[in-house]
Amino acid sequence: MNTTAAQPVSLREHVVPIAAEAHVVAARWLKQGLVLALADGRVLRWRDGAADTVEAHAGGILCAVGDGERIVSGGDDGRIVATRIAGAPEELARDPKRRWVDAIALSPAGHLAWNTGKTVSARDEKGRVRILEAASTPQGLVFAPKGYRLAIAQMNGVSLWYPNTEAKPEFLEWKGSHLDVAWSPDGRFIVSSMQENALHGWKLGDRPGHMRMTGYPAKPRSLSWSHDGLWLASSGADGAIVWPFQGEGPQGKAPRECGVRRARVTRVAFHPAALVLAIGYDDGCILLVRLTDGSELLVRPAARDSGISAFAWDQAGKRLAFGAEDGAAGVLTLPG
Amino acid sequence: MSEKIPVTVLTGYLGAGKTTLLNRILTEDHGKKFAVIVNEFGEAGIDGDLVVGADEEVFEMNNGCICCTVRGDLIRILDGLMKRKGKFDAIIVETTGLADPAPVAQTFFVDQDVGDATRLDAVVTVTDAKWLKDRLKDAPEAKNQIAFADVIILNKTDLVTPEELAEVEAAIRAINPYARLEKAERCNVEIAALLDRKAFDLDRILDIEPDFLEAGHHHHHAEDVRSISLTVPGDVDPEKFMPWINDIAQIQGPNILRSKGILAFKDEPRRFVFQGVHMILDGDLQRDWKPGERRESRLVFIGRGLNENELRKGFEACAA
Repeated sequence: MNTTAAQPVSLREHVVPIAAEAHVVAARWLKQGLVLALADGRVLRWRDGAADTVEAHAGGILCAVGDGERIVSGGDDGRIVATRIAGAPEELARDPKRRWVDAIALSPAGHLAWNTGKTVSARDEKGRVRILEAASTPQGLVFAPKGYRLAIAQMNGVSLWYPNTEAKPEFLEWKGSHLDVAWSPDGRFIVSSMQENALHGWKLGDRPGHMRMTGYPAKPRSLSWSHDGLWLASSGADGAIVWPFQGEGPQGKAPRECGVRRARVTRVAFHPAALVLAIGYDDGCILLVRLTDGSELLVRPAARDSGISAFAWDQAGKRLAFGAEDGAAGVLTLPG
Repeated sequence: MSEKIPVTVLTGYLGAGKTTLLNRILTEDHGKKFAVIVNEFGEAGIDGDLVVGADEEVFEMNNGCICCTVRGDLIRILDGLMKRKGKFDAIIVETTGLADPAPVAQTFFVDQDVGDATRLDAVVTVTDAKWLKDRLKDAPEAKNQIAFADVIILNKTDLVTPEELAEVEAAIRAINPYARLEKAERCNVEIAALLDRKAFDLDRILDIEPDFLEAGHHHHHAEDVRSISLTVPGDVDPEKFMPWINDIAQIQGPNILRSKGILAFKDEPRRFVFQGVHMILDGDLQRDWKPGERRESRLVFIGRGLNENELRKGFEACAA
């Protein structure tokens, strides 16, 4: 494709707007429709254009994950709440001290983990809860792609914990404050975003190693693996920074830069079946970029104070939901 | 970009009256809504919708700057609060009685997301007229909190005699003559006097005269934490001054709690103003020197174990 300054082809007419009216913390596609977790404590449910909202938390929602049936949110009321496409929200857990739930994780097998302060709780598919006291408040949690193992991003490293064993968690040490954490789909790599505007990676297994991915102008707070697990896209720069994870990982290799604009990337989300990346910027713009040739499609033009805060592709990769910090949201349905 | 949310840091030794003050701020009708970040192990009795417990998780930045410590919990909580802009007008951060205010203040200069969304307004320190003198002897934290303050509330003045009050005031002034001092009983200060001070705003560093009448009347008894004021009666050479002040910040940063300066640079019609916390300096050219205003260059350091002669000689060598 021609990469001169021509306007990218637009998909704008294929976007249906949704008025969420509060900062969108997370978006998830359930089997029957879309749900948006909002910073004012509500969950918005959207089915073919019809929307309703339900109050999941009394204060605000800080984090949310989901599977096909429900969105599970953590709030500043210290509660963990599951909300389905219909019916009342269901409380799964509650912190007696009403501490914030900063991070939450859900595995495909239905394992759930969250933190309240330094306390990390892991709840297996049968509802049994195990507790771990971390050395500092975790900011990111993620389950291994297979098995009941949890990665906990905290100060000076990432802990790997088997909640069903008494074994002391393994600690992957690297000085600094680790924020979000991602586990590669093949289970071989762990990557965290850091306070120092960098990503740090660990190669697990027999020959472990460190990977330093630096040079971001801002914290890379959004991470997304490609469907084949060979690429990791990240926010935090004026384009999406996409690291190659073939073979031994990105150490010593240059990343791809996609969708470079005069704005900062805030969210990235890889398409579930193709090397196409949705990129959201702090000026409200959304682009779809094909990794193979860098071609760009415009989904949403820049909109003042409407920085992109959430993305979700549906399972088939036909629809992309987005949310913004000013409460604007929408659904793109790919034509054809 | 919308207006930055002001943040007031509330410090003070245990029992000085921080909780009383916080409760007043939260319950009185002053037309402002606050989000309050309290330390989880602090005194009980604060409740409200936007009251958040914090853990005071201090960490060192991985950037080679040894005193560049920041509060990780604060970054995380402010990030969460910023998703609900419009629910509050200002933020108050309470620290524990044993806390060093520096990591809190540095968080606002070091973390870009925090700095983009909020601004540090002032450090307010609550002190106890009856017990402060003892605390200054046995608790280095109490001294730090005084040295760091932009506003000092001298509380419980009804529990001491006028002579004792004068003595404790002198002790405070020996450490920090620049803060605004508010005397109070049961923290009965005007809330408005504590808020919107813009103490870290370069445009508001108009003057660094001591905030008390008998200026120049220094108490040279062996205070390890004290303030040093230096003057060059004319212009300084920025080619000499900038490397010098950067060196001072790098080498003596751990001992310098706060610094401020208003400087006349050679051939520069505008005033250069800076302020610093430990090694972190923030400076800019500001308004023009006014006609008739005396072009002179002044610096203030508040710190521990500072060598006044050495600093003075170094500064004087920068004269143009």
